[in-house]
Amino acid sequence: MAVTSSYTSWGRVLRPEHELLPLASRHAALPALPDGSATMLPYGNGRSYGDSNLNPGGALLPGRQLDRFIAFDPSTGVLRCEAGVLLSEILRLVVPQGWFLPVTPGTQFVTVGGAIANDVHGKNHHVAGSFGNHVRCFELLRSDGIRRVCSLTEHADWFAATVGGLGLTGLITWAEVQLRRVANPFMVTESIRFRSLEEFFELSAASEADHEYTVSWIDCAFGGKRLGRGLFNRGNHAPAAMETAWVPRGLAQGGDPHTRTVPITPPLSLVNSLSLKSFNTLYFHKQRRDVVSGMQHYRPFFYPLDALLEWNRIYGPRGFYQYQCAIPPERALKATRALLEAISASGMGSFLAVLKQFGAPASHGMLSFPMPGTTLALDFPNQGPRLHKLFEALDRIVLEAGGRLYPAKDGRMGAALFKAGYPRWSEFTSYVDPRFSSGFWRRVMEQA
Amino acid sequence: MRKILIVGATSAIAEATARVWAQRGDKLFLAARRETQLQSVADDLRTRGAPFVGTQVFDANALDQHVSLLQAATEAMGGLDTVLIAHGTLSDQNRAQTDAAYAMDEIHTNGLSVVHLMGLAGEQLASQGHGAIAVISSVAGDRGRQSNYVYGSAKALVSAFASGLRQRLSKQGVHVVTIKPGFVDTPMTASFKKGALWAKPEKVAADIVNGVDKGKSVVYTPGFWALIMLIIKHIPEFVFVKLAL
Ligand SMILES: Cc1cc2nc3c(=O)[nH]c(=O)nc-3n(C[C@H](O)[C@H](O)[C@H](O)COP(=O)(O)OP(=O)(O)OC[C@H]3O[C@@H](n4cnc5c(N)ncnc54)[C@H](O)[C@@H]3O)c2cc1C
Repeated sequence: MAVTSSYTSWGRVLRPEHELLPLASRHAALPALPDGSATMLPYGNGRSYGDSNLNPGGALLPGRQLDRFIAFDPSTGVLRCEAGVLLSEILRLVVPQGWFLPVTPGTQFVTVGGAIANDVHGKNHHVAGSFGNHVRCFELLRSDGIRRVCSLTEHADWFAATVGGLGLTGLITWAEVQLRRVANPFMVTESIRFRSLEEFFELSAASEADHEYTVSWIDCAFGGKRLGRGLFNRGNHAPAAMETAWVPRGLAQGGDPHTRTVPITPPLSLVNSLSLKSFNTLYFHKQRRDVVSGMQHYRPFFYPLDALLEWNRIYGPRGFYQYQCAIPPERALKATRALLEAISASGMGSFLAVLKQFGAPASHGMLSFPMPGTTLALDFPNQGPRLHKLFEALDRIVLEAGGRLYPAKDGRMGAALFKAGYPRWSEFTSYVDPRFSSGFWRRVMEQA
Repeated sequence: MRKILIVGATSAIAEATARVWAQRGDKLFLAARRETQLQSVADDLRTRGAPFVGTQVFDANALDQHVSLLQAATEAMGGLDTVLIAHGTLSDQNRAQTDAAYAMDEIHTNGLSVVHLMGLAGEQLASQGHGAIAVISSVAGDRGRQSNYVYGSAKALVSAFASGLRQRLSKQGVHVVTIKPGFVDTPMTASFKKGALWAKPEKVAADIVNGVDKGKSVVYTPGFWALIMLIIKHIPEFVFVKLAL
């Protein structure tokens, strides 16, 4: 018997009905498609923002149901688990045993399958590349019943299609990941104020050799002289020989994070240009000195937003969009400035503008988003046509600079921009499972 | 460290409960029908930290295997102090109304096999003078309703048997916890529309672990079901027969 229920993504703009096809076990075949549904799509933990994890009118495979660990070797840091295990569960298991995720996005509430399907990146891209660079192998289950264990050496083409493959090549049932060593759960961090984009690029270049993690918050609410100011955060895992006196009090036990939930969706977006400007000014002046160093537990360092569960609800019932692009190095400064100017002129920018330099390590996926250059990410409350006009202006800047948008964050880009940004798209199409599709995929495959 | 036998270990509620125990470092012995599922669950619990996980493929309806299961678990773990009985099926009430043999099978699986195992486990724990049995009954056992009285009557047998066993064995150092879940969102109930009354297996698991630790008698989970069932039990029969519950 088929059940339909409405599913949404992190941006909450769409909430289409889907049929749900339960997954009994990783050993079972894919469930049959109910009459009337042409396609299915794996759904992880719903942390993608747009429609790349939605399949309106079709079926979803609830990936979270495959949530078992398979094996962990604390002497080598090799972890094998089902694809629906959350990164938060992995951290809970491995940090006490001296291991950490090799790459983590800005939330720990994503599944391993979702992390592979978007080939997610973290603050250490310049040294570690993206998540797929640390995946030793995984099993891909296709709708024709064929299972393939894929790695860089075995079914390497299927590996390249599935890493960053947006869930379209089949269901990842399990994966094996190489973790990285840590001595403890703490981070040695520094936060540095910068006043211009040029300063950001200088700080990035100067930090990359000695800091595994770098990321910046940038102020988008203001134009003119204040354009491009922000805070540059950098950090490393704390060394083994650490003065215990350093450890902030109350953190030593590393208990579960204090989390709060936004319990209801307010009728209006709480994010408007007034709250934005005051937030940004506050954030910028939050620290008195230009450089603040300290010691932090890994959770607030990597996952500042996870402390407020379901913070996406503050954008109200119409939801919000995120716009994340990557721009190649030659054009990065100019294009980033043009983007920031267009955003600040529109008055619609967000307080979550994140700027980061991607590094040289090449991603393995045909459609992996990261590439050498600069990535900028911003949230925008959904304001209808006005916002879409701004997006079109931003698209032109990205296209002209030879950049691309991140499908994990996208709910609106057109076919032309996608195809320009991902030149291997046509090679990729031959790996798409004929029974799999997504709202995102149908949109970007439309004939322009 | 507890030494725990879990029967029906691949059910969502049992698995969620086993994860809590594994993370605490308890020894586990798992029994279930489906072998590949059983091995997946065992691997997961080992990875999560259980110092020992034994398994046995086991069909609860084969009553003659119950004694050997208890023996195998006791030997493998070097003792036995906690038993969670969690196996069961979700009976198809419509089919049971016309197919009497099916109805009896359902009552055998959800009722008779459970009390058989409970009785044997109770004797073993009583002879050592300590231990706990947690048995998954259901709110459906509190009053027979037209929508699921075949399943409900099997659970009523379990609840009544557990109540008597608890009274008797409490004098011998053994305590019996009756778990009464309401609607639980599991693969078994995947085809149901879910409303506000549905609970996650993790919530039920937390209540089971707590019930065993604290030596509770009857645990409604989530707790609001105690109130709902209190009301349902007290509806006078002449009203009740007119309802469509
Ligand atoms: C607060 C926040 C911060 C974030 N920060 C970052 C960041 O720093 N870097 C970054 O890269 N991303 C970031 N993201 C995006 C997020 O990491 C990705 O969208 C991630 O892929 C979401 O994983 P999920 O498990 O929620 O999967 P979903 O969003 O549900 O699905 C993502 C994709 O994975 C596919 N998929 C899921 N499971 C499987 C499976 N078993 N087999 C095959 N395909 C599957 C789906 O079909 C879909 O295409 C952030 C998101 C949030 C909410």
